[in-house]
Amino acid sequence: MTEVSVAKEDVAATGDLVVLKSVNKHFGALHVLQDIDLTIARGEVVVVIGPSGSGKSTLCRTINRLETIDSGSITIDGKPLPEEGKALARLRADVGMVFQSFNLFAHKTVLENVTLGQVKVRKKDKKEAEERARALLDRVGVAAQAEKYPAQLSGGQQQRVAIARALAMEPKVMLFDEPTSALDPEMINEVLEVMQQLARDGMTMIVVTHEMGFARSAANRVVFMADGRIVEQATPDQFFSNPRSDRAKDFLSKILHH
Amino acid sequence: MFDFLEDYDLLGAFWTTVQLAVLSAVGSLIWGTLLAAMRVGPVPLMRGFGTAYVNIVRNIPLTVIILFTSLGLNQTLGVSLGADDFESINFRLAVLGLILYTSAFVCEALRSGINTVPVGQAEAARALGLNFNQVLGLVVLPQAFRSSVGPLANVLIALIKNTTVAAAIGVAEAALLMKEMIENEAQLLLISAVIAFGFVVLTLPTGLFLGWVGKKVAVKR
Repeated sequence: MTEVSVAKEDVAATGDLVVLKSVNKHFGALHVLQDIDLTIARGEVVVVIGPSGSGKSTLCRTINRLETIDSGSITIDGKPLPEEGKALARLRADVGMVFQSFNLFAHKTVLENVTLGQVKVRKKDKKEAEERARALLDRVGVAAQAEKYPAQLSGGQQQRVAIARALAMEPKVMLFDEPTSALDPEMINEVLEVMQQLARDGMTMIVVTHEMGFARSAANRVVFMADGRIVEQATPDQFFSNPRSDRAKDFLSKILHH
Repeated sequence: MFDFLEDYDLLGAFWTTVQLAVLSAVGSLIWGTLLAAMRVGPVPLMRGFGTAYVNIVRNIPLTVIILFTSLGLNQTLGVSLGADDFESINFRLAVLGLILYTSAFVCEALRSGINTVPVGQAEAARALGLNFNQVLGLVVLPQAFRSSVGPLANVLIALIKNTTVAAAIGVAEAALLMKEMIENEAQLLLISAVIAFGFVVLTLPTGLFLGWVGKKVAVKR
């Protein structure tokens, strides 16, 4: 079992994992991503914040090509993002993604949700996949729900299953697209705790969120976006205590003082 | 008053109807699913073919299609579908015609089912690294089938009744027997009632059963 799972990470233990160079994207007349340059190092936790419509989610979704880009380049682990087909599917398997609306497969049990990718993409045998799935479900605290269907779980539980489903693929990097925005307030923390644990374990993470507490406590770097541009990047301490741009000052003044 | 029925093989005729319906149902489910896959797929040529097929075939009367299989495919082009006596040739041609016609409706019923599957389901599947066929076969279609049981039941009921068109090319099913009985006996109302009852016996339980199945397999969100 260990032979399969360990090999990948040994190749390059340091360096840049995700590199975006002058990425541009339009939705019709709207220039939603404007000359985005962003580099994420292995093991780094980057939180992307900004007002609604600033392009944060779109940026996140371009990294596994759920959104195509008009110009520029994106490389993951030194390899440019493939256009379509098998190569793209292979790359997506290495990039975990957690969605705002969970998107668990509604017709499959929690356990099946977490084994599907392992069996069909990683070609693991079913027993091994189930063992790993149960271990991951245990890690995110929903082991008792393994035989249930997603609709029978609370939002917080569903999102933790979604994290387990992504982790089951042994991804190099995890993308979180507003993972707590669809949750009832009392369920936000149970998801953030799982993400914080993941960050401590050294997972490379790109997190689009409105949770400033998570940004402060777990991020290595905060990226502030507005109107399709990266306006400012800094450590959480610098950014929250001493933002440089007016746009960021304005944004923070609206969300922090109440 | 039902004495004359003993001279006719009523059960045999309805058995042919059932065979026509079952074989055509299986065939059109397969061909209709493939058409639906083409219509939602990424290849423009296949999308175009699927769209053209559905829009042409569902707008042609079934009688024309069935007659074409016999007069066009068989008598002009010599297609016999591997059978050598008239009876089985015509039976197979009728099944082919019913499949060609019904699959257009199966495709559309399925496509409406596919539209009930939230786009996030396919996105999550793609994000895991599943390829197009896997996304469709493992995630989208299973959910689409579950929500199109109702529309598919309608298609099946229509198909069972449409098998009567096979009489046009001499397949010995219930409607052909009805025509024969009406010609020979002076019992028009009674004969029509018997045949109508026979079809209700086939279609009513089908509809009720599939309605129950549809509720049972519905995907909860």
